[in-house]
Amino acid sequence: MKVELEADKCVASGQCVLAAMDVFDQDDDGIAILLEEQVGDDRLDDVKEAIAVCPAAAIRLVEQ
Amino acid sequence: MADTLAGPVPEAPDSPPEFPMAREARCPFDPPPALKDLQAKTPLAKVRLWDGSEPWLVTRYADQRAILGDPRVSADTDSPGYPTKASPEGGEGKLSFIMMDDPEHARLRRMVTAPFAVKKVEALRPAVQRIVDDLIDGMLSRPGPVDLVEEFALPIPSLVICELLGVPYDDHALFQENTKTMVRTTATPEQRGVATREMAGYLAGQIAKRLAEPKDDLLSSIAGRVTAGEIDHQQATEMALLLLIAGHETTANMIALGTLALLQNPDQLALLRDSDDPKFVAGAVEELLRYLHITHLGRRRAVTEDVEIAGQVVRAGEGVIMANEIANRDPAVFPDPDRLDLTRDARRHVAFGFGVHQCLGQPLARMELQVVYGTLYKRIPTLTLACALEDVRFKNDAFIYGVHELPVSW
Repeated sequence: MKVELEADKCVASGQCVLAAMDVFDQDDDGIAILLEEQVGDDRLDDVKEAIAVCPAAAIRLVEQ
Repeated sequence: MADTLAGPVPEAPDSPPEFPMAREARCPFDPPPALKDLQAKTPLAKVRLWDGSEPWLVTRYADQRAILGDPRVSADTDSPGYPTKASPEGGEGKLSFIMMDDPEHARLRRMVTAPFAVKKVEALRPAVQRIVDDLIDGMLSRPGPVDLVEEFALPIPSLVICELLGVPYDDHALFQENTKTMVRTTATPEQRGVATREMAGYLAGQIAKRLAEPKDDLLSSIAGRVTAGEIDHQQATEMALLLLIAGHETTANMIALGTLALLQNPDQLALLRDSDDPKFVAGAVEELLRYLHITHLGRRRAVTEDVEIAGQVVRAGEGVIMANEIANRDPAVFPDPDRLDLTRDARRHVAFGFGVHQCLGQPLARMELQVVYGTLYKRIPTLTLACALEDVRFKNDAFIYGVHELPVSW
């Protein structure tokens, strides 16, 4: 699965980093950045949690 | 002879219930029973506010999240239909970006997001641990009882936000007193105006100092935006005021009220005391945030374009209130919601709100609470309430719920 992040929607709550630290990080202003675009099944639950807790609906999973 | 009524005028049968509603004194950690009844009965209901206005109350978790994430609703208190809080606001100006909409909200908010990034907050953990340990040492060096609010709960976030902003902690009496007035719903507009002006004057002075001589702190970074012409001095002051206030009352109340809730639930307290797993402590913090939900007057918005909520159209110009505390007790999302269960997965709670206005300081609040809850009961395993529960004064008269004092001994 591919993760998509709309950084201009991000409100820097840091929720995605807490949910999936090896997939998301934050830049110097706290805005989310993607560390990995492709995620395997092992990290799918964490990414789904990040999507669920993101207050700005800035993250999506796309089937490939 | 004209008709006269001997008894009280009967209330119209369709008169909406008043909001906010009263809590049940015997269940100080639970939302008001009437609010919970409303949630069970209907997803959307009209309520009546202090000023006679009748906004909509959104009762359920899913609808609240949808509305708080909807760009067709406004957080601007000047928007037509915005449901005004307990009394007329006394302060001048807006409390910075939390009372604005995008794109201006996002522009200003992004100016102060940097220090609240997860890793930057994590780097502060050892300093917060030292603060917590020192305060516990201080309490233990004296015979009890002590007021946990004054001696522990309030100094922690106060010291941390002062350090972060660069405000001298020696001045804490000034901003702790004024903050108390600003969050008290029973304060008169005049009292609130005086407190706001005093705080704003103080912070404007601090910013002026940073304009002349920048340091390595958040106030200097805000002052730098003034120098760069991105905001004016007034906006910088409002921003600093927001951060100082928000950093105080919220975390302090979570520490004191959370401790009281744990003392009333000794089996849950034992779990925290006996765990060395930081993941468990982090999960416990989420559950306490969900269960206590100290922002108890609802997240308020004005609808700027017609929106559909739970199958009903809410018109532009109408107000909506999301009572987040009942969303956090929505049985559709949190099974057996009225039980404090530190082992549950509560991460999806809305204690920090939702949408673009979700709390900016949440990583900092989480880390502080993790240190506190992970330390206090281990270091003082015999901690007990030093008065009857009935004698604890709860903050039903403040924008942020909690306790006024918490006498404890060990």
